This record gives sequence, structure tokens and C-alpha cells, in this order.
Amino acid sequence: MSSFIGKSVKRVEDKRFLTGKGRYTDDIVLPGMTYAYLVRSPYAHAKINSIDTSEAEKAPGVVKIFTGKDLLTPEGAPIGVPTGWQVDFKNGDTMKEPPHPLLVADKARHAGDAVAVVIAETREAAKDAAELVDVDYEELDAVTDGTKALEDGAPQIHDDVPNNLCFDWEIGDKAGTDAAMAAAAHITTLEFVNQRVIPNAIEPRAVIGSYDSANDKYTLYTSSQNPHLIRLLLCAFVLGIPEHKVRVVAPDVGGGFGSKIFHYTEEALMIWASRQIERPIKWIAERSESFLTDAHGRDHQTKAELGLDADGNIVGLRISTVANLGAYLSTFAPAVPTYLHGTLLQGLYTTPNIHLDLKAVFTNTTAVDAYRGAGRPEATYLLERIIENAARETGRDPAELRMQNFIPPFDGVNEEGYVTQVALQYDSGNYEPVLRRAMEMVGYEDFRKEQAEAKKNGRLLGIGFSTYIEACGIAPSAVVGALGARAGLYESAQVRIQPTGMVSVYSGSHSHGQGHETTFAQVVADRLGVPLENVEIVHGDSEAVAFGMGTYGSRSLAVGGSAIVKSIDKVLEKGAKIAAHLLEANPDDLEYAGGAWTVKGTDKSVGFGDVALTAYVPHNYPADLEPGLDFSSFYDPANFTYPFGAHIAIVEIDPDTGKVDLKRFVACDDVGNVINPMIVDGQIHGGVAQGVGQALFEGAIYDDDGQLLNGSYMDYTMPRADDLPSFEVDRTVTPCPHNPLGVKGAGEAGTIGSTPAVVNAVLDALSDYNLSDIQMPMTPERVWRAMQNGS
Amino acid sequence: MGLEINVTVNGTSHNSEVDGRTLLAHYLRDALRLTGTHIGCDTSNCGSCTVIMDGKAVKSCTLLAAQADGSEITTIEGLAQNGNMHPLQEGFKEMHGLQCGFCTPGMVMTAVDLLQSNPDPSEQEIRHALEGNFCRCTGYHNIVKSIQYAAEKMRKEGVNV
Repeated sequence: MSSFIGKSVKRVEDKRFLTGKGRYTDDIVLPGMTYAYLVRSPYAHAKINSIDTSEAEKAPGVVKIFTGKDLLTPEGAPIGVPTGWQVDFKNGDTMKEPPHPLLVADKARHAGDAVAVVIAETREAAKDAAELVDVDYEELDAVTDGTKALEDGAPQIHDDVPNNLCFDWEIGDKAGTDAAMAAAAHITTLEFVNQRVIPNAIEPRAVIGSYDSANDKYTLYTSSQNPHLIRLLLCAFVLGIPEHKVRVVAPDVGGGFGSKIFHYTEEALMIWASRQIERPIKWIAERSESFLTDAHGRDHQTKAELGLDADGNIVGLRISTVANLGAYLSTFAPAVPTYLHGTLLQGLYTTPNIHLDLKAVFTNTTAVDAYRGAGRPEATYLLERIIENAARETGRDPAELRMQNFIPPFDGVNEEGYVTQVALQYDSGNYEPVLRRAMEMVGYEDFRKEQAEAKKNGRLLGIGFSTYIEACGIAPSAVVGALGARAGLYESAQVRIQPTGMVSVYSGSHSHGQGHETTFAQVVADRLGVPLENVEIVHGDSEAVAFGMGTYGSRSLAVGGSAIVKSIDKVLEKGAKIAAHLLEANPDDLEYAGGAWTVKGTDKSVGFGDVALTAYVPHNYPADLEPGLDFSSFYDPANFTYPFGAHIAIVEIDPDTGKVDLKRFVACDDVGNVINPMIVDGQIHGGVAQGVGQALFEGAIYDDDGQLLNGSYMDYTMPRADDLPSFEVDRTVTPCPHNPLGVKGAGEAGTIGSTPAVVNAVLDALSDYNLSDIQMPMTPERVWRAMQNGS
Repeated sequence: MGLEINVTVNGTSHNSEVDGRTLLAHYLRDALRLTGTHIGCDTSNCGSCTVIMDGKAVKSCTLLAAQADGSEITTIEGLAQNGNMHPLQEGFKEMHGLQCGFCTPGMVMTAVDLLQSNPDPSEQEIRHALEGNFCRCTGYHNIVKSIQYAAEKMRKEGVNV
């Protein structure tokens, strides 16, 4: 019987955060520590003629200043960070992969590109001295728009990347889709921008590099979702330091949302520089630096066409998209618009013909990479916007049109997984119930009456739907390897039973708010039948944990949790042998429950603690068994997991100002089995807020010169508490058939589902205005203007 | 160069010499090592650095340490009494009002101020009171519930903030 699974256990990590005892990177002070400040280009595109550091070097407290000329390989090339995913051109050529230097020496390619690092005794001294670094820039024309960057004559950002095209790519059946569209009874066309948004974890990025000359060892503290991969990249691909000489610690991390997955230049720079000066160096991003240098998200320009037959069945989906990757390739950037976006265009629908044509482009903007959802929000936004427009155009109910086209239920056990037109096999799904439940929660029919009534009084109420599927638990290593990943995507876990029966678990996953220390402990306590407080979860330190692939893509529980289960199984198998010896019984005759092995049908039993002690004090012990009770496992999943759900937004628009009031938000999600409902609900809430943020408030604004005009919290609008309602959430449960916990992942669902629901609701409220689109974020001005221009 | 200040933080008096430009947030974190007060922005918008100064919630990144001379300050570290969590700390734990924990001290200290002046706030009043504090993890849903939990507990038990 399960004692911890499905229970809203309060989080064990909360106490330290609530008493001010969290330990984030900026809270760490090392003896002899220095402080770094980066001199960054104020121009989006500028040749660097010279850098004069002589005045700065004389400033009080300065320890050392480095420029790009100090950071060259023996061959004279700039030392830079690599890309973790390779995508090939349609013609088979390898994508363009220009260098991404730790400090640029030749030219700056986006506003905020780092040209020098000033290291000083204090934070203030470093910043003061940085003002004195004299960089002679020659400003060049910049391009920030993906489509414009492809035009002949556009500014060339990298020398060997013609037309700034990183790669072109396609997925699906072009000929079949063209034929299907030609035969369609109705085609809905939608051109739109999925705007660039900025992740904005509230803890700015933070790095400490420390070199210990006595032992020739390095320690990197970094605010990262992904410490083990950072170590691999840093050692093997950037600085050429032997891995066993580097410890990477990601301590408490104040939110990530994707932006802290990647290997950033500052990490390698601080480690390298700490070796040069033989002192620790701390670098903490100021918020304005975060805006300019944390990887951004989305930024797609898309034209999509959806074909329906006369009965409303979807017959084809044809898309062309330009994905703006920014100035450099961030770690996973090539995967986001391709394998995390193109492969999700089946959605929940039986669409028989799909084709995506994609161009990925460099511009003079901050690099773009995975941001909460990473490709799946872009796919979902496209699908859910166009199907709702199609419903409006053909006079169909948006919910009915969706349900008519849903893939029928399959559990992945009795029925095969669903093979899509775009390379995936969904694991299990039952889509109609989530939409029906969400409609019940919102009271759909009553709302339509209320809406009609309100309209008579001049009030503009709208309802918008979104149904989504996502691919999580990334992923089978062999599959992602075939698709261009330069890493495996398994997870590791060590379960160490201490001699007293206490349990230490070392996970390669990483928590930065997700509550691993609680959820993982629930899984362990449940399987071992021990009290929750007897379990400790350790993560985020390469010296404690064997290896890991980190936390992103809603993978922690599905992959990291499954690795823990594998190790527990090994513990219990060996424990049974020890117990059998102690009980003078056959291991096959034992059963394990409630923290004890019992000889079936008898009252002879031995407790977990006694077995643990025996394993470490093996006086009376099986002759052929090693002492100890400590197992490591690596879990490589058989497939992605495929959560799904239905979100519904209700909005009211002020007819005089265009202001959108989000009145209700209803979500019914299916994330498979749930270990801790409180934590899963919290993930959905936060995800929804970020998705609503994109719909209503957020968006990076660049001017033509490549300046980020809203690069501060004064200027970039994120949702605040009084912008949002309380959310109404529920779930259905369709277990994942291929991992031992039956879980699918919940971290990104809220963001993926919510954005189109809100936009659809606004367009529904304005259905009399005959609008096919309002550009996000749907500010009062944009909505008001659309109302003036609409018919 | 240095200015001498005298501040009482969490009940302990400190005589310190500070640089004229040192922010209160940096003084608390660097000089007193009270790192529960966080810095999330450079424009006084995120609220992570909120502390109570002379009974009012203030953003400690917006004040110079010198301006705090003679004042009494409570930070997140000073909220629990005799090892017992404050009802707001308890509320945040019970109602899952935090995820990554970075905005949390600022949220809690802002809520301390709110409940001092309004022991029985409506949901809208709570949301309005939090408009100077960003949270990127929770969508605010459970933060509101946490403050409601604390308010109810404090009313029932007659606890003053």
C-alpha cells in the first residue's frame, strides 16, 4: 500500500528558504575572493578597433583585466563555448556554427557582447574601473528581424554565414501536404509572430570560479539547471581541463525556466581567469546584464495554413517559419525550432498531412534558446490559434471542431502508441476527457449565455480554448543522438543506504524550485517503506553525484525519478538476499512491505534497518555477497513522455481602452501519475502565469540599431499579482506506459497550453470585429487599435 | 570616506562604518552576512530585497545604508521567534507559497507590512499589496493563499505581527 504517493506532502526544502538560510551562489564568500565586472558592447554590431585598458589598470583595487586577445587557443583562434546540438541543412550540409568567444576581440555582434573583464578587490572597484576601459568601436549596421536578416544586402553578422542563414530544415511530407491543401474545401491562413520573450528568473545568473593551485583543482559555483553538463562542456570543449580536476556546484538556484540550462561564456571565463590570478572570482549579473545576456525565448515569424474538408475534418497543415536564433548559437538553440517544435505539429489531431519549412537565422540580438516549453509552446500556439480561427471562419464551435479531429484514445499497453506524421510515437493519450472536464469547470454553455447577455450591455466577454500535447522526459539517448544531440539524455541516481538504515540519494537531476527534495523523497520513502525524514536528496554537486543531465524539458521525475527507482530495485534485491540469510529462508519466499522482509505466510521478519546494518557489519552474512548497500543506476528512457491538457481563458475587454482583464483561467492537465499534487498544481500555476505573460504583457523590443529598448524591470512588463486571477486547475490521469512511475512531467504544461487560450479569448470577445490576429503581447494599445481598424 | 552608522537589525545593535554609496541591501548581505535578503534587479522593481524598517516594508536596494542610521530593521532571518516560524512563514510552507525561494523573503516581509495594517485583507487587497514584488515561479496563486492562511491564523490566535 502506498503511503506517500499522491499525497501533498509539505516541502522539506521550504524551511531554509523561509528563514533566509537558502544558499544561492551570491551568498557564497570564499577566502581571498575577487569580483569581476564585464565590459560589454553598447552597440549591437560594431568592429572593435582597439581596447585600451591602461587607465583602468591604474584604478584603485584592480587586480587584473583581460580582453579577447588573452583568450586564444594555441592556434590563435578565440576560445569559445560550443553548441550541444547539430542540425543539418536540407541538402545535408552541416549547420553554420560560428565561434562564440568568451570575450570578443574582432567585433561585437549584439548589444551586451562582452569585450573585457575587470577583476578587482571589490564589486564597486571592478565596476568603477570598467568605466575606464576605452574601447574604440566602429559601429556597423545591425539587423534584428529574422526575415530581414535573410535578405540580400542585410548586414552580415558572421564572416562565413551567407545571408545569416544558420540552416534550413523541413519535416513532414511536402508533396502530400501540397496535394491535400489543393483539395481542401476550406483553408484558414494565419500569419503571425510568436514574439521574443525574456525568461527573467528572479535570481540573476551568478558564477564563482575558484582555482586551488596546491591541488591543481578548480571549483565552479554556478546558478545552473545543468551542472554536470556544464562541467563536461567546460572541460572537454572549452578550456581543455581534465574533468576530474573540476568540481561544479549548482547550489540553491533562484529559478531557471530554461535560461540556466546553457553553458554561458561567464562560467568558462571565471574558471579560466581564476587560474590566471590564482584567486576566486565572483561575477553576479546585474538585471540589465541578464536582459542582454540570458538566452531569450521564442521569436518565430510564421505563415501557416490549415486545410479542412467540407465536414470539418483537418486534411493538411502547411507552415513556413523563420526562427531568429540571435547572434550566436546557444547550447541547445538548434534543437528548439526543429526537433522540439516541428515534431509537435501533429498536436492532438489526426491531421494526415503536415509540412514545416524552417529557416534558422542569425541576427544582432541576444541568443535565443529553450525557454519554458521550448518549441512546444510555439507549436501549440500555431495549432491552437489556427484551429480556432478555422472554427470561427467556418461557423463551427471551437471545442467541437477540436474534438472531431482528436486522435482516439490509446493507452500504449493494449493499444499501440500513436505514430505521428512528424516523427514521434505518442506514448498514451485520452484527449476528449480533458477538454470536456475543462468545459465543465468553466460552465461553457452558461458562459455563452452570459456572454450574449453582456454583449447587449456593451460588454465584451470572450472565451478561448487551447488543447495541447508536449514531448517531455527528454529522452532516449539513441534517438536524440540520431537527431543531432551531442549528449546522451539519460539520468543517473545513486541510492546509498547508510549502516543505520538512513537513505542518501544522489541525483543527477537538479531542483531550482521544482521540489525534488520532497517529491524524490516521497518516491524513495514509499518504495523502501521508511519514514520520509530518513531520506536525504543530494543534487547539484559534481563531487557528490556521479553524473547527470540536469533539469529541463519536464524530465526530472520521468527520467531522474526512474533512475532512482532502478537503484531502489537493486537495493531491495540485494537486501532480500541478506534478509534471507538472516531469516534462514529462500529469497524467493520473502516479501517486502512496510520496511521489513517477511517469510510469506509466517510472522518471521527482519527490518530494513537490521539488513542495512548487517550489510555494513557483515559478521553473519552470505558468503558470496559483497558488503555494503549502495547502488547507482543510469536510466535511459524508452520514449519521450507526452502530457496533454485543455486550457480555457475567459477575458473581458474594456471597449474604451482595449485593456484585457483575465477574469478566469481553467486548466485540466494530464501529466500521468502524480506523486505530489500540491507541487504539480504549483507547477501548473507558475507555468500558466508565464504563458499569460507572453499573451498579455511580455515581449522584447529592439530598435533598428539593435538596442533592447525594454531591458529592465521598469520597461519589460511581467505579470504581477494583481494582473492575474486565481487559477482553477484539475487533472485526468493517463499513466505513462514506459517508465516505472507512470509519470509524464508537469513543469512546462502551464506555459505551453495557456498562451493561445488567452489570445483566442480576446479574439472571441472581438468576434464582431472580424480580426484574425492581434500581435502579442496584447497590450491595451494594440487591442484598441485593432478595434479601431477592424470591421 | 567612511560614514558611521548605528542600526538595530533583528534586535542586535550594530555600529558600522559604511561607504557613502553602499546600499542597505549590500550592507545587510555583505557586512552583516544576512544573505536572506536577496537582490533581483537594479531598478527597485522586483521586491526581493524587501525588509521591515521602523515598522514599514522598504526595498533595501533603494536605500543607502547611511539612511538607515538610527533605525530598527527586521529581515527574514529575524522573523521566527524562539525557533517558531512566524505565521506567514508557516503559511508559505503550508500553502506551497514558494518554489525556488528567491523572491520569498521579500514576499514574506511585504506581507508582514500588509497584515499589520490590514489583518483581514481580501484577495484583491493581497494582490494589490504584492504589486511591488515579482514572483516568476508560483503565478502568485499560492502566495495569496499563504497570506490568507497566515491572516486567519493570526486573527484566531490574536497574534501581532
